[in-house]
Amino acid sequence: MSGVRVLVGTRKGAFVLTSDEKRQDWEVGGPYFAGWEIYHLKGSPADPNRIYASQSSGWFGQMIQRSDDGGQTWEAVGNEFVYDGTTGTHQWYDGTQHPWEFKRVWHLEPSLTDPDTVYAGAEDAALFRTTDGGKTWTELYGLRNHGSGPRWQPGAGGMAVHTIIQDPSHPGRIFVAISAAGVFRTDDGGETWRPMNRGLKSQYIPDPDAEVGHCVHRMAMHPSRPGVLFMQMHWDVNRSDDAGESWREVSGNLPTDFGFPIEVHAHEPETVYVVPIKSDSEHFPPEGKLRVYRSRTGGNEWEPLTNGLPQSDCYVNVLRDAMAVDRLDSCGVYFGTTGGQVYASADSGDTWAPIVRDLPAVLSVEVQTLP
Amino acid sequence: MIRVMLPHHLRTLARLDGVVELQVERSPTLGAVLDALEARYPVLRGTMRDHVTLRRRPFVRFFACEQDLSHEPPEAALPEAVVLGEEPFLVIGAIAGG
Repeated sequence: MSGVRVLVGTRKGAFVLTSDEKRQDWEVGGPYFAGWEIYHLKGSPADPNRIYASQSSGWFGQMIQRSDDGGQTWEAVGNEFVYDGTTGTHQWYDGTQHPWEFKRVWHLEPSLTDPDTVYAGAEDAALFRTTDGGKTWTELYGLRNHGSGPRWQPGAGGMAVHTIIQDPSHPGRIFVAISAAGVFRTDDGGETWRPMNRGLKSQYIPDPDAEVGHCVHRMAMHPSRPGVLFMQMHWDVNRSDDAGESWREVSGNLPTDFGFPIEVHAHEPETVYVVPIKSDSEHFPPEGKLRVYRSRTGGNEWEPLTNGLPQSDCYVNVLRDAMAVDRLDSCGVYFGTTGGQVYASADSGDTWAPIVRDLPAVLSVEVQTLP
Repeated sequence: MIRVMLPHHLRTLARLDGVVELQVERSPTLGAVLDALEARYPVLRGTMRDHVTLRRRPFVRFFACEQDLSHEPPEAALPEAVVLGEEPFLVIGAIAGG
């Protein structure tokens, strides 16, 4: 019988939530790595039993954990992330140049075809890759060194590579997004990179349509249409129809212009999900109502999804890596909150129910669809 | 035989209970103890000090015989009571939020 495995990273450990295809009854596994921040876990598309986890701590630094049995047991693998070549500098808050310093891995993106190959997005912003199952990591140096690196600067949450998207139809093409630098694309497996931010407008930087400096929060792509990208930026939701060469705003009737995650329906490439959040500093849902917004038109026209979600006195946030979709026939949508709830919808967002309500603050949610 | 006491999270990573007993072959300095500890438990590399610079991580502390050895250089000799195994060498996660 098919089912799903939801991988949840939290401020104080990882949890693995499993269910059958009905997605009504759930088994909760964990906490794994209790007490550690688990920024992200993700399974290999080529081998669902292979899962990688980013485990970090302000005391003891970065660990990478690997499971070969679907998350039941784990083994620590390599944790040496060294910037390649000259370390270099980036823009600091006071306008001076500041040396790159490795802090943690925000996001792990396993290869589409090889379980031993994984990309790691790091803070301070850099992209690393392993080809030996996590034992050793090498920086893809070209990203930081294509020329604009000294102009990148941290946002309030740091300066990190948080989104990594592999194009299934163009081997070697990878998109990354960096807060607060923007979108970059390589077409040669990571050797060379180009900024892909034309059309983005950021009112909080001196030149609103600068080549770099945009605070992209998250990007999403449907694998059947890799030229179409959706983006939740610090302000506005944007869309590209030419693989990032240009962007246009599709915020339409959303109640706010801020949010973190964005996802695309598993079977409907024009159906997109976001969670509007109030900013500048509140970072909770407007009016205390937790609403996922769905567009079935690829943006601009959005409908609130509220059935089963709290519609009063709700002041949680949903972070950028904390939303995912499964690939079952009736597409499941999942998201986690900083209040420790993980909500699931087994009907494309029409109705919702919490899987768990009282986890530590949720940092990331990924879903594996099991045969 | 030098006895090393690790904090909970590092014991969990290294999958050990209780005190680690280390035979330090060369001169028993602070750096030599950490080298021996990481050699026996490679998973601890990078958790107490930087992989490349070998600088102590900011919220890790080294105590022994009621002394704070955290700011001592790697070549600093350990107290004799530690070398003789009479007192443990303590690796501490500093109390700092979270």
